[in-house]
Amino acid sequence: MSQKKTIPSPIDSSQGSKKMLTAMVGIGVFCALLIVLTYEGTKERIERLKAEALEQAVFKVIPGISKTRIFELDNDGIFIHSDGKDRSKKLVYAGFGDDGSLKGIAIEASGQGYADVIRILYGYNPYTQTVVGMYVLESKETPGLGDKIEKDENFLSNFNALSVALSEDLTRIENKVAPVKQGSKANPWEVDGITGATISSRAIGHIIGESSSIMIPLIYSQLEKFKLD
Amino acid sequence: MSTGITKNTELKNTPSSTDEFIKGLWRENPVFVQVLGMCPVLAVSNTAQNALAMGLATAFVLLMSNILVASLRNFIPKQVRIASFILIIATFVTIVDYAIQAISVDLHKNLGAFISLIVVNCLILSRAEAFASKNNIGKSIMDALGMGLGFVFALFCLGAVRELLGNGTLFNIEVFPGSFQEWIIMILPAGGFFTLALWLLLFNFFKSKKAQV
Repeated sequence: MSQKKTIPSPIDSSQGSKKMLTAMVGIGVFCALLIVLTYEGTKERIERLKAEALEQAVFKVIPGISKTRIFELDNDGIFIHSDGKDRSKKLVYAGFGDDGSLKGIAIEASGQGYADVIRILYGYNPYTQTVVGMYVLESKETPGLGDKIEKDENFLSNFNALSVALSEDLTRIENKVAPVKQGSKANPWEVDGITGATISSRAIGHIIGESSSIMIPLIYSQLEKFKLD
Repeated sequence: MSTGITKNTELKNTPSSTDEFIKGLWRENPVFVQVLGMCPVLAVSNTAQNALAMGLATAFVLLMSNILVASLRNFIPKQVRIASFILIIATFVTIVDYAIQAISVDLHKNLGAFISLIVVNCLILSRAEAFASKNNIGKSIMDALGMGLGFVFALFCLGAVRELLGNGTLFNIEVFPGSFQEWIIMILPAGGFFTLALWLLLFNFFKSKKAQV
């Protein structure tokens, strides 16, 4: 704008301002139109791709399933069927086998990692009371170091049978999931960390620990609600 | 840098469209010669695929903004030209952002915040200001294509070397045998600086050799 003062305008100033205004508004309207058209044109496909990516992740964290259904936690703490469109609600994804029996429930959780918030999905098997799989949905951890939480086989094997057993009164988790140093896992509820990705691997342990202590007693008490129809 | 390019263009009597195209690809390569747009060059060149995607996204924005700026060049008053250029560039960046999301969620995840940052890539604004606002649509298209492909080429050079050494793969296909010890530093930010320095060294070596001849 300082240029406006220093450059002497040969044309009448009111006419100049009008020209500037017309140009800016004209370009603005044209650009807005382009953006709206692109948004409308891609919206459906983006939503479908995101839903597909999430569904694939559900298949990864609960082994042996063939169908999934989305459930949401309503305001009274009850799980009901959902179309998964309202992202502000707490959503869980139930996985069913070929015979329609419940095989497990995938739960979305997130927490602070090293670089940014890490968003994960983990599978819960209510019959064995264990976590049976974990998949990182979103993370900005350091390539080559922190992103080992997505690739390190040793670390991922933590989540093949991680104990989240409930206490006798079924209201809380007996032993909260907790991260430990690499190689010092002694109990089934501990998550063996990764040397060189300490903060990221500990973050995963804490995310599952926090989320499971709230969600799993709720899910377990309403297991009969998780049906295909 | 941009003034040098304009002078260079003016010095020649009438540079043909092919000249405009070739200059961006090689003689005035935006990365290896003009050293413009270093933020995405260093940050998103950790794999060949990311580098190519980023390069193509930038080239698309450059092409479209050059076309629009060139066609509106007589309509935009001098005083508001930079604001208008930024508005045009930001629009095409938003379009690219949606397009990449619609192509692949994974790719969008990998490029992350750097797609939005194309808005502040000085290469695009400098071409709009130094070239497209002073030339016709045809020449602006050739200039954008040359500069855009030059940018893609440079990013790919970096991405390919970094992925090969840092991960032992190229486009996720294993190139080196299993016993290869990856140089993790190459896919970390420091590796970007090392690789860029080596490419610049190579380019300058050829340039000085040519000058001697």
